[in-house]
Amino acid sequence: MNFIVNILSLGIPFSVALLIASLGEMFNQRAGVFNLGCEGIMAMGAFLGMLVPYSIGQGGPTPGIYNVLGLALAMGVGALFGMLFGFVVVTFRAPQGIAGIGLQMFGVGTAGTLFRHFVGGTQSVPGIGNLPIPFLSKIPILGPIFFSHNILVYLAFLFVPTAWYILFKTPWGLRVRAVGTNPRAADSIGIQVNKVRYQALAVGGALAGLAGAYLSLCQAKMFSDEIIAGRGFIAVALVYFGHWHPVKIMGGALLFSLAQALQLAIQGQGINFPYEFAVMLPYVMVIVVLAFSRESQLLGPTALGQPFNREKRI
Amino acid sequence: MTKQFRILYKVSIIILAILAAMLIGSIILMTIGADVFKTYLVILFEPLKTTLQLSEVLLRAIPLTIIALGISVAYRSGIINIGAEGQMAMGILGTTAVALAFPELPKPVLLPMAVLAGAISGGVWGFIPGFLKAKLQVSELLSTVMLNYIAAQFYTFLLRGPMLDPAELTMGSGTPQSMRLSRNLWLDRFLPGTRLHTGLFFALILALLIYFLLWKTKYGYKMRAAGASARAARYGGISVTWYLVIAMVISGAFAGMAGAIEIAGVHRRAIEGITGGYGFSGIVVALFGGLHPAGIIPASFFFGLLIVGADMTQRMVGVPANMVNVLQGIIILVIVATKMILADPYLMEKVWRKVQGLGKKTKEVTA
Repeated sequence: MNFIVNILSLGIPFSVALLIASLGEMFNQRAGVFNLGCEGIMAMGAFLGMLVPYSIGQGGPTPGIYNVLGLALAMGVGALFGMLFGFVVVTFRAPQGIAGIGLQMFGVGTAGTLFRHFVGGTQSVPGIGNLPIPFLSKIPILGPIFFSHNILVYLAFLFVPTAWYILFKTPWGLRVRAVGTNPRAADSIGIQVNKVRYQALAVGGALAGLAGAYLSLCQAKMFSDEIIAGRGFIAVALVYFGHWHPVKIMGGALLFSLAQALQLAIQGQGINFPYEFAVMLPYVMVIVVLAFSRESQLLGPTALGQPFNREKRI
Repeated sequence: MTKQFRILYKVSIIILAILAAMLIGSIILMTIGADVFKTYLVILFEPLKTTLQLSEVLLRAIPLTIIALGISVAYRSGIINIGAEGQMAMGILGTTAVALAFPELPKPVLLPMAVLAGAISGGVWGFIPGFLKAKLQVSELLSTVMLNYIAAQFYTFLLRGPMLDPAELTMGSGTPQSMRLSRNLWLDRFLPGTRLHTGLFFALILALLIYFLLWKTKYGYKMRAAGASARAARYGGISVTWYLVIAMVISGAFAGMAGAIEIAGVHRRAIEGITGGYGFSGIVVALFGGLHPAGIIPASFFFGLLIVGADMTQRMVGVPANMVNVLQGIIILVIVATKMILADPYLMEKVWRKVQGLGKKTKEVTA
């Protein structure tokens, strides 16, 4: 029993970075833009998130404010990166897959360069501590699993219904889905396709930046070049796996992180299993999941990956 | 529209693109308070100053050429291979395994056998995403990235376990590396005092081979047709899925060979970090070289220069070597955007009309 509680209470915080990044990527893809550069934006977010509390918040009286500033900076720059990507793939209509790789290299490279200059080596930050909810966290079993995490964990799970509401119940969500499904029809009723795509990219970028900052401020409490470790790419895969729906994406993120928690717990039990194969597990899972969910691609936004050219006939 | 205008238009777009790339790079450099002009100068010209540094540039250009050739084959066939990093790692493992198993074989037997083993290992690693894409519509972008991470873990597993140098075990210094490979595997270093090895000629031969494959054989024609327009190719009776898989196998095999050449020529044992970003740089080289062998060779020299130059900025102007990744990322973004601008006839026409309008106005003013 204790073992299962351990896995669940470990796995839920693990899922947050994936969850936030995938929700952002979902908005991108719903608007018809495939942003493979998520990994790069996350790297930037992870660096900027820890930079503020590290450089100016050191030993200050109110570290909380600097953490919030770090998160805000990560989100702002993330949105900026999303729009930079939009400039390339929306305005100039470049192929999105290869441009995404460019954004990924740019983001990871910039984060690494700035990190070496402003921080130097491995430096830990106090980060954002846990915030057990009064009374609720005292409940046996359920308390440690659901109610004794840091504040971003609760927020991330609140993002799920919020994202659902925005996507399916607001005019903007309708516009996002329209430009991702049939941009020409959307254009004909007066929706500015490229503008909506830019907005979706900004939202997606901000969320990816936040996801990165979560990793450096809450999970690792430091920055390193390998901190993202492919989570940005896994987040993109989770959007496919979750059929472009927030709730299913949450399910996917939980599945992945619980598998990771299980692996850690098994290692902790001293069972002899090569460490490297355990680390491989999520990456293998992505390939297997993608291979066995081929029908799901029929559910995706029909204009996914297709740039919109207003002047083109047909 | 006059011909001169067309040429002028294209040239100015390309110049604007280069300026845009340098501008974004400058913003990053200014953020870290570096001397922008001096940094570019060091990156572009410092490595050309001595023979030793020039040989290091060529040394980096060898794997870059081989990998970029493979990536261009895949790209032209309509599949983007970003898994060269993992394929190269698997190639190194294949070569190392053969060299460890048969160290006594004479060089003319061992060397081709080991390189072939590298090519096969890389090819298998390229086959997986190709097959998944062709049969199950799995996005090759995601599957190749995942296979990179898997290969990296497998690589460290073998180096720490089965392939670990027995000397490391007794000395216990814990460096994950294989033992020094048999002398019969080594490629000759032909320039005294440098590490430049005969793999250089091998890379050039491979470039010729790819040129002939893509432009002088029917297989190459079919691959390019499948990449240019999958639907038209299918209508013309070309099995697009089959050529997709073949292209990925070739692409992976080339990355594997790059790994084989790299350890036979430079490291002479499998250590961690040999692949060190070559797989990703290879994508930039392939795009920068216009996906053509004749462009890839100078492009890989240029990026070899960037890699060596970025190493030197660390010492000379205090700019971290990661700067090369930043530049490569920018270059990809700028290239793909520029390609689209150059291919847009509407935009050119718009600019032409504007220019004509300007000409008329000035005439009216002078009249």
